[in-house]
Amino acid sequence: MLVLRKFLRDIPAAIGLAVVLFAVFVAIFADQLAPDPIGAMESNILERLQPPSDLHPFGTDHLGRDLLSRVILGTRDALKVSLVTVAGAILIGVPLGLIAGYRRGFISEAIMRLTDVMLAVPQLVLALALAQLLKPSLETAMMALTFTYWPFFARTVYAESRRLRASTFIEALEGIGVGPARIVFFHILPNAAAPIIVRATIGMGFIILTAALLGFLGMGATPPEPDWGLAVAESRQFLPEAWWFATFPGLAIFFAVLGFNLLGDGVRDIVDPRLRRSR
Amino acid sequence: MLAFLARRLFLAIPSLLGLMILCFVLLRVVPSDPSAALAGDNATPQQIAEIRAKFGFDRPLHEQFFLYMKQVLSGDLGVSVHSNRPVVADIGQRLPATLELTFVALFLAAAIGIPLGTVAAVAHNSPIDHLVRLFTIGGLAVASFWLAIMLQLWLAMDLDLLPLRGRMAVALGSPPTVTGSYVIDSLVAARWDQFVSALRHIVMPATVLAIPAIATIARFTRSGVLETMQKDFVTYETAAGYRRGRLIRIFVLRNSVATAVTQIGLLFGGLISSAVAVEAIFDWPGIGSYAVYAILGQDYKAVLAVTLFVGVVYAIVNVLVDMVHAALDPRVAEQL
Repeated sequence: MLVLRKFLRDIPAAIGLAVVLFAVFVAIFADQLAPDPIGAMESNILERLQPPSDLHPFGTDHLGRDLLSRVILGTRDALKVSLVTVAGAILIGVPLGLIAGYRRGFISEAIMRLTDVMLAVPQLVLALALAQLLKPSLETAMMALTFTYWPFFARTVYAESRRLRASTFIEALEGIGVGPARIVFFHILPNAAAPIIVRATIGMGFIILTAALLGFLGMGATPPEPDWGLAVAESRQFLPEAWWFATFPGLAIFFAVLGFNLLGDGVRDIVDPRLRRSR
Repeated sequence: MLAFLARRLFLAIPSLLGLMILCFVLLRVVPSDPSAALAGDNATPQQIAEIRAKFGFDRPLHEQFFLYMKQVLSGDLGVSVHSNRPVVADIGQRLPATLELTFVALFLAAAIGIPLGTVAAVAHNSPIDHLVRLFTIGGLAVASFWLAIMLQLWLAMDLDLLPLRGRMAVALGSPPTVTGSYVIDSLVAARWDQFVSALRHIVMPATVLAIPAIATIARFTRSGVLETMQKDFVTYETAAGYRRGRLIRIFVLRNSVATAVTQIGLLFGGLISSAVAVEAIFDWPGIGSYAVYAILGQDYKAVLAVTLFVGVVYAIVNVLVDMVHAALDPRVAEQL
């Protein structure tokens, strides 16, 4: 409870938490919240490119679909992509980081060299190349993003378990004959949880941004899906007249990413109080 | 310093080798039939078989990899399906535009980010500090492609202040190549009209690329300066009567900018990523827009050549950043 109180006193972090909770709420109840869930998916040429009005608060797109409903429905995919990607990256990166950090020798070296290589290639270019080789869709975008994001977790966990391995309590555990698997999963992993959580929160924002970019470049969601990045791409040929078409999906990306970044900063402050002073 | 450079270069070798393996795997193993992928959608079975023999796809994988390595090291990255020219020539032709854009963006990032972070740290917890923090948080959350379109909408389409796209007004031609940068080359050629046009064209894309970078550098400079100001030597020098401005300029900044400089190396990767979208939006004739056309046109050779190329540039930039870091903070050179 003390942690929660401290957290809420940190205004930016509290705002971040509120934004993230709001986004999750919108994603879960998207069908109920969208003013026009059916009109969001079906084209209605007579209503195309209408400016914002009482009937369509965000206006309509080039096929006459209600933009507010599409932005709301888009929240679901945006959160799904980032959640699946971050979870996948944790599932790959964390075990690899633990093994590389706890064990010495060839396997450890091989894992870390691989991690270094993956970190040395700009993630987006690699994700684009991969998404293109595997036929663009939301699923391949998730795979490509997972494939490029796990090294961040491997690096973080590696550094933590390297540090923990040298500590006295691990030595004591080894001394009384506790097996390596038990040490790694029951003693090192819980102690390395904090940086994993921080990395995961910030990663959510980063993946939303990157997935939107993939969608924008046509390497992510495919029409007629209500994707934020895709919507901005579709709007380009109707500018400057249909300014709302480009503006609102972009604002949705901005606030979602902002929420996760603020939350991530707040979580880091709680987890690592040494950083708080200098923030 | 030379020994440090040699060791640092040596450390880059496994990364580069790994990069080649990665590109090789993506090019040859991931597509179920690379020959069919290279031949395109309309190829006959006979054409596919020809390609298979020509590129050695019928040989064992390790032989294929050595062949690939030999090709890469001799500068042969294949022929683009679309331009029908060697990919290396395409990249070489487009490289100066991307370098100009990213250097201007990095320059903006350092020139704005470092003072911004310093001011925020010195005025810790003041309204200025909060304003800078707000900007750094917002700057990292905004999607570059969206920001690019919003700026186009506002400054080019609505107010008609800046050109919408391109690198130079078409009617003005391009300056004779000296450095490859239109801004510098037009100055060398003493063509004021071209210089003004080049500057006006680079403002928007460079700003869009620079904003997340400014935010990152300002953030790291701010926390670096805050940390340094709590050190004993600062207290001592304050007590010894150094004036605050001089103290910060000479002692604090040198100690805290080092961390911000290492960030520039990491920023470069992000910069290249945003450049892909930003160049395509502003029709900037660089590597980024080349990558987009290659991806949309399913030009595998070109896509993977760009991946490989960008990875190599990234490695070089990181070596350079380590050198600057070592020059600013000699302790770094001893650690490696």
